[in-house]
Amino acid sequence: MIKDYFIFSVKNLRNRKLRSWLTMIGIIIGITAVVSLISMGQGLKTAISLQFGDLGTDKLAVQASGGFGPPGTAVVNPLTKDNLEEVKKVSGVKIAAGRLIKPGKIEQDDHATFSYVASMPDREARKLIHEAQNLEAESGRLLKDGDKGKVVLGSNLGKKDAGLGKQVVVGSKIIIEGKEFEVVGILKKLGSFILDNVVFMNEDDLRDVMDVPDKDYDVIVIQVQQNADVAAVQQRVEKVMRNERGVKEGEEDFTVQTPQAILGQVTSTLFAVQLFVYIIAGISIIVGGIGIMNTMFTSVLERTKEIGIMKSIGARNSSVFSLFFIESGLIGSIGGIIGAVFGVLMALGLAFIGKSLLGTDLIRAEISPWLVLGSVLGSFILGSLFGILPAIKAAKLNPVDALRYAK
Amino acid sequence: MMKDTIIKLDNVWKIYQMGEVKVEALRGLSLEIRKGEFVAIMGPSGSGKSTAVNMIGCLDVPTKGHIYLDQHDISKLSESDLAQIRGRKIGFIFQQFNLLNTLTALENVALPMLFQNTDREKRLETAKKLLEMVELGDRMQHKPNELSGGQQQRVAIARSLSNNPEVVLADEPTGNLDSKTGEIVIRFLEKLNKEGKTIIMVSHDANVARHAQRIEHLKDGRVVKRG
Ligand SMILES: Nc1ncnc2c1ncn2[C@@H]1O[C@H](COP(=O)(O)OP(=O)(O)O)[C@@H](O)[C@H]1O
Ligand SMILES: [Mg+2]
Repeated sequence: MIKDYFIFSVKNLRNRKLRSWLTMIGIIIGITAVVSLISMGQGLKTAISLQFGDLGTDKLAVQASGGFGPPGTAVVNPLTKDNLEEVKKVSGVKIAAGRLIKPGKIEQDDHATFSYVASMPDREARKLIHEAQNLEAESGRLLKDGDKGKVVLGSNLGKKDAGLGKQVVVGSKIIIEGKEFEVVGILKKLGSFILDNVVFMNEDDLRDVMDVPDKDYDVIVIQVQQNADVAAVQQRVEKVMRNERGVKEGEEDFTVQTPQAILGQVTSTLFAVQLFVYIIAGISIIVGGIGIMNTMFTSVLERTKEIGIMKSIGARNSSVFSLFFIESGLIGSIGGIIGAVFGVLMALGLAFIGKSLLGTDLIRAEISPWLVLGSVLGSFILGSLFGILPAIKAAKLNPVDALRYAK
Repeated sequence: MMKDTIIKLDNVWKIYQMGEVKVEALRGLSLEIRKGEFVAIMGPSGSGKSTAVNMIGCLDVPTKGHIYLDQHDISKLSESDLAQIRGRKIGFIFQQFNLLNTLTALENVALPMLFQNTDREKRLETAKKLLEMVELGDRMQHKPNELSGGQQQRVAIARSLSNNPEVVLADEPTGNLDSKTGEIVIRFLEKLNKEGKTIIMVSHDANVARHAQRIEHLKDGRVVKRG
C-alpha cells in the first residue's frame, strides 16, 4: 500500500514540476555545500597531517612568531644562532637544529619554476631531520656533511612535468637563485606539498645563495631526550628564549610548540572555517525546509477540493496524512540526492582543478559514503519534519467544507 | 423501524454557525428509506438536500437528532469511524463529477479500493469491469479532461461502485449535463437499482426525478410532501 501512496505522491510532484524543482533548490544548495565542503575539509586535514609527517611527540619546534604561515614568510624578528646555542644547553634537549626555509627560483636550461629551498644542518641534527621527515632517496642519496654545491630534490621536481624542461635526474645540473648546483638525490614521494617540491641544500650553501644573514634561523627543531617530560622541556626552552630575546612572559615574539600543537592549530583554524561554512549551509538547509513547508501548505490549500473528494470516497485522515507526508519527504530526499551528487562532483572538480592548475595535493577530496548517505537521509528527515504540519492540516480538513471549497 | 429499512433520519437538525449568523440547513428532517429503493429528493436551491445527503453518506454529523444506517446510529461517530463506513457502504456521485484530474479513468475508479487496502491486482481488475459496465472500456487510460461531461459522470458512477456499497448517493448527477446525456446517466442508475442497489438521488428537475420510485420534497430543511 505504501508503494501505491508513493506512486501517487510522485504523480503529484510531477504534476507540479516547476514548483517541485524550485522547492528543492534550498535543500540542493545546502547539501551540495555540506557534502563538498566536508569532503574538501577532510582531504585538507589528511594532506596537512601528511605534511607534518609522523614527527612524533618527542620533538619541539621554535619559531619566531609574526603570524601563521609557511616558515619564513611572516617572521618579524628572526631566530638567531645565539638562540640556538642557548636552546642546545637546556636540560632535556638532546639535539637542537636550526633551519632555514626560503622560497626560491629553480632553473634548468631556459625553464624556471618557484619552490622552497630548505637548509640541512650538520651531524646528528641532520639525522634528526632525515628521521623526523621520513626522508628517503628514490634515486641517488641524501645530503651529507660537507656536500658543497650539491642538492637533493623533492619527488615532484624529479618528474618529467616539473616545468624544468628535460627531466631532472641524479647528476643533473640546475640553477638555484643564479647559482649552479649538482643534483645528488631525488626523494621518495611523501604526499606533502612542501616536501615533495622542496630543494634541500646544506646550510652554508643556502646562506650564500639566498643571502641570509649569518646568524638567522627560521625555525629551531628540538629532539627531546628520551624519558624527559616534553612539557617541562618546552617550558624551560621558553624561559631561556625569553631571557635570550629579552621579552617578558606573555609578550613572546616566538613560539615553542610540539608538531601536534602546530597541527592542532591548523586544524582548529580549519575547523573554524568549516564551522562557518556549516552554519551557512545549515541556514540554507533550514530555509530549504521552510520552503518545503510553504510549498506543502500551498499544495494543501490548492488541493482542498481533491482532499474532500478523497475523503468522500473513503480516505481516512491517516491516508490523507500519509500522502502529503510522503510527498514532502520525497521532495527532501530528491533534493538531498541531487545535492549529494552535486557536492561530490564539486569536490572532485575542485580537487582536480587544484591538482592540475596549482600542482598541489593540499586541495583534495575525501568522499565518505557515510557522508553521502547521511546527507540524503538527513534531507529526507528534514523534508518529512517540515511536511508534518501541512500533512496534519490536510488530514484534518472537514470533508464537507473541503468538498464545497471552490478554487 | 421496518425490518428492511436501510436509512432512517429521525428529527435531524443541522445548524451551521457562520460567525454571528446561524444557518439552519435542516430543521427536524425525518425520512425513511428501504433497501433496494430508488428515492429522489427534490426541492429548491438551499432547501438542505445536499446537507441531508452528506449526512446519510457519513461526510458529516447532525447537530441534533439521529441517523441510522443499517440499524446503526451514525450520528455521533468519530471521523475515523465515519470514514470507514463511508468507504465501505456508500458510493458518492456529485454534480461536478469530482474526479481527480491527475489520474486516469482507471486509476480514479480504483482509488476507493486503495483506501480499503485492496491489493493492486484486484483493484485494477474490478475497476476495468466497472468501466466496461458503464461502457467506457475504451477510455480507461484517459484523464478526466480528455473525456466529455457524460463520460466523466459515468466514470464517477463506476467509481461509486468500486467497493460494492449498499447505498449510492447521487447529488444532482445530471446538473452539469444536457438532458440527453443526463438521460443516459439516469439509465445507468436505474440499471444499478434493478441489480439491487439502494439509490438516493437529489434533483430539482422533475423530469429527472420521475425515474425514481418515490420522491421526497424538501423545503427549508424539512419534508413538505411525500409521494
Ligand atoms: N458547510 C456549510 N457552512 C455554512 N452553511 C452551509 C454549509 N453547507 C450548507 N450551508 C447552507 O445550508 C443551506 C442548505 O444548503 P444545501 O444543503 O447545500 O442546499 P441544497 O443542496 O438543497 O441546495 C444553505 O443555506 C447553505 O448556504
Ligand atoms: Mg446541493
